[in-house]
Amino acid sequence: MAERGATPNVPKVRQRALHAVRSLFSPLLPDDYLELINPLWSTQELRGRIERIERETPDAVTVLIKPGYDWGWHQPGQYLRIGVVVDGVHHWRAYSLTTDPGRPDGLIGITPKLVDAGKVSPYFVHQARPGDIVRLGGVEGTFVLPDPAPEKLLFISAGSGITPIMSMLRSLDRDEALRDVVHVHSARTPEGVIFGEQLRDLDSRCSGYQPHLRITGEAGRVAPAHLDEICPDWRDRQAFVSGPGEMLDALVEHWREEGDPELLEMERFQPVIGSSAAAGEGGKVRFLSSGVETECGGGTPILVAGEEAGAELPFGCRMGICHTCIGRLCEGEVRDLRTGEVHGSEGEMVRTCVNAPEGDVAIAL
Amino acid sequence: MSTTATAPNDTHIESPLAHLSEEQLDELGREFDAIKDRVMGELGDRDRRYIESMIEMQRRLAVLGRVLLLASRNRGAWWAGTSALSAAKILENMEIGHNVMHGQWDWMNDPRIHSSTWDWDTASTAEAWKHSHNFVHHTYTNIRGKDKDLGYEIMRIDPAQKWHPVYLAQPVYNLILAALFEWGVALHDMDFDAIRKGKKPMHQVKRDLKGIAGKAKAQIVKDYIAWPLVSALAATAVDAVVETRRARKQPRGILGRVKRKRQSRLAPVVEAVLDSGSKTFRATAKADATANIVRNVWSYAIIFCGHFPDQTYTFSQKEVENESRGGWYIRQLTGSANIEGSAMFHVASGNLSYQVEHHLFPDMPSTRYAEIAPQVKDICERYGLPYNTGPFSQQLGMVQRTILRLAFPGGEPRPKPGPYRGESNGNGASA
Repeated sequence: MAERGATPNVPKVRQRALHAVRSLFSPLLPDDYLELINPLWSTQELRGRIERIERETPDAVTVLIKPGYDWGWHQPGQYLRIGVVVDGVHHWRAYSLTTDPGRPDGLIGITPKLVDAGKVSPYFVHQARPGDIVRLGGVEGTFVLPDPAPEKLLFISAGSGITPIMSMLRSLDRDEALRDVVHVHSARTPEGVIFGEQLRDLDSRCSGYQPHLRITGEAGRVAPAHLDEICPDWRDRQAFVSGPGEMLDALVEHWREEGDPELLEMERFQPVIGSSAAAGEGGKVRFLSSGVETECGGGTPILVAGEEAGAELPFGCRMGICHTCIGRLCEGEVRDLRTGEVHGSEGEMVRTCVNAPEGDVAIAL
Repeated sequence: MSTTATAPNDTHIESPLAHLSEEQLDELGREFDAIKDRVMGELGDRDRRYIESMIEMQRRLAVLGRVLLLASRNRGAWWAGTSALSAAKILENMEIGHNVMHGQWDWMNDPRIHSSTWDWDTASTAEAWKHSHNFVHHTYTNIRGKDKDLGYEIMRIDPAQKWHPVYLAQPVYNLILAALFEWGVALHDMDFDAIRKGKKPMHQVKRDLKGIAGKAKAQIVKDYIAWPLVSALAATAVDAVVETRRARKQPRGILGRVKRKRQSRLAPVVEAVLDSGSKTFRATAKADATANIVRNVWSYAIIFCGHFPDQTYTFSQKEVENESRGGWYIRQLTGSANIEGSAMFHVASGNLSYQVEHHLFPDMPSTRYAEIAPQVKDICERYGLPYNTGPFSQQLGMVQRTILRLAFPGGEPRPKPGPYRGESNGNGASA
């Protein structure tokens, strides 16, 4: 079954009223008719309407969305699964929420950056218009600020890794808790700095916020060793880091050797998929329902190999979150592309979007 | 591989693929595969907009029908409401339900418009129907003894079926089946043959029966209780207002007598109001029943024209042993027949008027059948294969003639149209 949005917080009275008249509409639901008037009224899945699109950089936009029902709450730093229709097909992706939860206008925002070969980011950056309807899935993620916020914080971000951190900064700012925050942010070019203006504004307003912007195209990357210079007391700070995998790997190493790994929180905002093709064996995949058979490399998700071979397979988030793509493993073993762990027993349900075959496999899809 | 072997056909009709070599069959299979790959690769926003607007139109029609029937005691409103509701039910079953449940729109990855979640307004449960139709009928199409839709196990539709005295009654129950088609299909989905032979476990039979009972309850509550009640309440409310106003307008006499007078006027008002309420209830229930029957007769007519007209071939189980992909395509092609008609006719038939294209590619979105029809005809012409089609009246007439004739013993297979020779020479229409 295809992935659907989260269950909205519908007021009880409304739920009861709709339930009471449902037999007039069987096998459909009253919702199916109410949606004709306003798609946001669906009580079956949470939807949202794009209210505004703000350009952050030449290839990144902030999309502000009005949810159909009361936005429950999200913790700054969490991400949202969002579903959009691109060329007739529903696609789901996860994006960090860049707005903070306390906005009086009730809007939520994400800030996608264009991925040229992508499907969803080109939609947001080039095609989306105010008024478009999107589906809102669950809010997830453990990369969040503790409550109450620590006295001394260190944020390290690079590129679009800044997105979850922006939500944290906004939330701290709203709560007047930007007391002692060091923020090291890297971007390749000056015009490519997402939220550049907002960061400058925070800098001018809050004495507790100390940004260090590094343009890597000019000055080279920030090495962990530079930290002693930029932020001499980094060992004492609760650190939140978000960015490309290599950067995170280097920082984890650095904290392990010289700091306290307990004080380091990180967000791998792109799952490590396809980066370690050499590590896996790969193999032949047989899809039992469609009869499709194909070779699948050790770094390629089973889902991708199947689609390329023409099998029609269920898919959702494509990052191992939503479990839409699961299929029963009937033969062989698979490798989890995020962890490198090899697993698989007969009958196990595996997520085809984050697993590659480890040797030949058969899957009931 | 013995696909080219023409097993002696007990109907004395030469197999439609007898003249093709194994290589030709493989080539034909590849050509049909290529049509499908191309179309499926092209699907996009245009297709999504089509099915979404079709669903929206269906729901608007249903609302229109239900609203008009709130005034069902008015003859004009009754006819208009019944027509709108019938049209909504036909669209819902044919162009939407049948096709969505075939998985034609699964590629959109839309959780609402998906074969795994769709349910329809008919007596068959989605689950049972998908098994008996998508799997059994579409896999074993027109194989005698295996395709249970060939005569639906209660009709003799092919001279190769053994005659039994019970078939003498088939001209009569044919008509009953047309009116109650959805119930016939629901019972048929249960596979009585398997139950009789003890091949179907009892718990599954019970589950199927429970499913049908659930669908029956939903339809009875909706069409024969809830909506009639809503319209009766609407009618009583309107009448209560109108009648009370009329009563008040009458000359009142002296002030002190007003109260007494009013009480005495109340009784006839209540009576009139209740009377119109019950009339409206019955009129709406009748309208709903009519809409259900119209839908049933229409789907019966379209579906019977799919495989039972004279032009179609049936196959023995021996003929399809070791069938190749090309052979499978030819069986689908020659076992089905199209109906000619306008664009609106095709939509109303759920594009089952493109039965040939539908059987070649059951999970291709129905909108695309008209587009690929010329390519299918081209293949027929090049490979010397028939392309079965004809006007609605002719196709339905042939089916009815067969039902009448085969009620009696004997009967010969009707002559087949022969290879398709392009538009100009005509084909299939005159068997």
